[in-house]
Amino acid sequence: MKIHEYQGKEILRKYGVATPRGFPCFSVDEAVEAAQKLGGRAWVVKAQIHAGGRGKGGGVKLARSLAEVKSHAGKLLGMQLKTHQTGPDGQKVRRLLVEEGADISQELYLGMVVDRGSQRVVLMASSEGGMDIEEVAAKSPGKIHRVTIDPVTGLGNGDAEDIARKIGVPQRAIPQARDVLKGLYRAFDETDASLAEVNPLIVTGDERVLALDAKMNFDDNALFRHPEIVAMRDLDEEDPAEIEASKFDLSYISLDGDIGCLVNGAGLAMATMDIIKLYGGSPANFLDVGGGASTEKVTEAFKIMLKNPQLKAILVNIFGGIMKCDVIAEGVVAAARQVSLKVPLVVRLEGTNVELGKKILAESGLPIISGNNMADAAQKVVAATKGK
Amino acid sequence: MSVLIDRNTRVMTQGITGKTGQFHTKMGKEYANGKNCYVAGVTPKKGGQSFEGIPIFETVKEAKEKTGATVSVIYVPPPFAAAAIDEAVDAGLELVICITEGIPVRDMIRTRYKMQEAKTLLVGPNCPGVITPDEIKIGIMPGHIHKRGPVGVVSRSGTLTYEAVGQLMEQGLGQSTCVGIGGDPVSGLKHVDVLKMFNDDPRTEAVVMVGEIGGTDEEEAARWVKANMRKPVVGFIAGVTAPPGKRMGHAGAIISGGKGTAAEKLAVMEECGIKVTRNPAEMGKLMRSVLK
Repeated sequence: MKIHEYQGKEILRKYGVATPRGFPCFSVDEAVEAAQKLGGRAWVVKAQIHAGGRGKGGGVKLARSLAEVKSHAGKLLGMQLKTHQTGPDGQKVRRLLVEEGADISQELYLGMVVDRGSQRVVLMASSEGGMDIEEVAAKSPGKIHRVTIDPVTGLGNGDAEDIARKIGVPQRAIPQARDVLKGLYRAFDETDASLAEVNPLIVTGDERVLALDAKMNFDDNALFRHPEIVAMRDLDEEDPAEIEASKFDLSYISLDGDIGCLVNGAGLAMATMDIIKLYGGSPANFLDVGGGASTEKVTEAFKIMLKNPQLKAILVNIFGGIMKCDVIAEGVVAAARQVSLKVPLVVRLEGTNVELGKKILAESGLPIISGNNMADAAQKVVAATKGK
Repeated sequence: MSVLIDRNTRVMTQGITGKTGQFHTKMGKEYANGKNCYVAGVTPKKGGQSFEGIPIFETVKEAKEKTGATVSVIYVPPPFAAAAIDEAVDAGLELVICITEGIPVRDMIRTRYKMQEAKTLLVGPNCPGVITPDEIKIGIMPGHIHKRGPVGVVSRSGTLTYEAVGQLMEQGLGQSTCVGIGGDPVSGLKHVDVLKMFNDDPRTEAVVMVGEIGGTDEEEAARWVKANMRKPVVGFIAGVTAPPGKRMGHAGAIISGGKGTAAEKLAVMEECGIKVTRNPAEMGKLMRSVLK
């Protein structure tokens, strides 16, 4: 699960990580009011969307007067903000963060992820903040410093101070940077985060260390023990089809092609997308119905796929193990009837009770195209979208 | 011979009184030598009861002492599953196969940390389990699609493994052992660990390695194969079409920071002498071509 920058900063402040003062705003009036409350002579008006690259995309504006705050807020709210992470249509801005301006002397980078190799949380830090860190990693890998964190003892003072020095924090600010690093790890650990990024972390002219940005993602599997994080979920930032699917325990991801895929198992679902592409088609979605697909789940899956105006055909690819092919076949037939399917449907069944499953499909009277195996099914569905 | 488990393995089910634990224990017991293999169940506060004639114990330690079981399979719900692994490790079991899907990564980091000095091997979590065809089945895979034979299978995903097995069977190729290592980012055995076992297993003549996007496990395994493997390996990586930054069902299947793409994995595997296919429908044929 993802949250907004202002929410990430709220969390970090609880763990002793200093940030510029600021307020989330949902309207132009609130933005002006926030600037008044903050005082000072410069403010930053920041669009709050879940995608990264907001600065480059024009979603972060400096204001030197309340009138400028008002005009920036007016332009940002409601705009379709396009960044390299949003896709071509961009993401609608519905929330802003208005912050006091900061006097930046140094821009640094902090990131934290779970490293699969060491099976630990790894802190990454660099003197090259404010830039795309993937670019830094590619061009000057020596400028990224890493610490693997012991899950029992946490991030120690020694490691934290060492990293702070390596990324160029001035001597006087080292104790503060150390506390920021330790706070970031505690925040990461205690909230079951899967990613935490502060880019940039700044040192101000008067040598204070502040998180100017905050990005946090969380482990979906751990949300059951974090109602406070779940409360931060912003459904406006998520794909409606994916939200709908999650209600029925379906794992769904929208893609930009025209062939709907309904598959059991994540690996087979990916492989099904791959084989469609291999035969010249383009998948409209990833959809894993899981191990226990009932008629109801299959019907909902069909409904979700059919809401996509691009959809030209559907491929059902099931390898029945514990889930029996006849049960799936009945589900497909019931779903196809209930939604009065208008696009070609190719079904490939394999595994437990496959003959019975095929018989149910054949006797249904529905124009279902049967695929003999994965390759045959993929070729047939691609041909169907090309009107062959 | 086979790897990890065979007809002489004695297994206990942790979480035997839950619906999933019951169902798959029953299926396992009915498969090949399963009747002799499934000897115990563990559920706290249910000690003294039994399921399908299998005695239930309060703790793993007690189940081990009373029945001689050295392997456990876990169907415990996600919030408690890491603690179930810890208990099995503390009791000194040889092998723990954790089927449970959805364990928080933070829990697994701590569990793996505690396992550092232990001799216990872990398969999973979030995996279909392990099967040595015609001998023993521990997990949720359909037993009847398998047959004993010369091909080892190691895979991160469930149904895609069944697909690979189905294709092998079409080519008349049985399996020595199929190991589902699971789709989570922090887990037990990796591809490379299982390849080492297949390399040393006399019954295994060749290996199918099925990977997916995310992490660098397949690359590490490929480099090991190049330096050490005496048997042919064929491979497939799912997720060529997966967009970056999107979690494709499995918690571990995500391309992040430009790392973990299928193209990258396939390139390294090819460089290391692994025969790869980009077509998931051709895993069986490819294996047939190297086993002539």
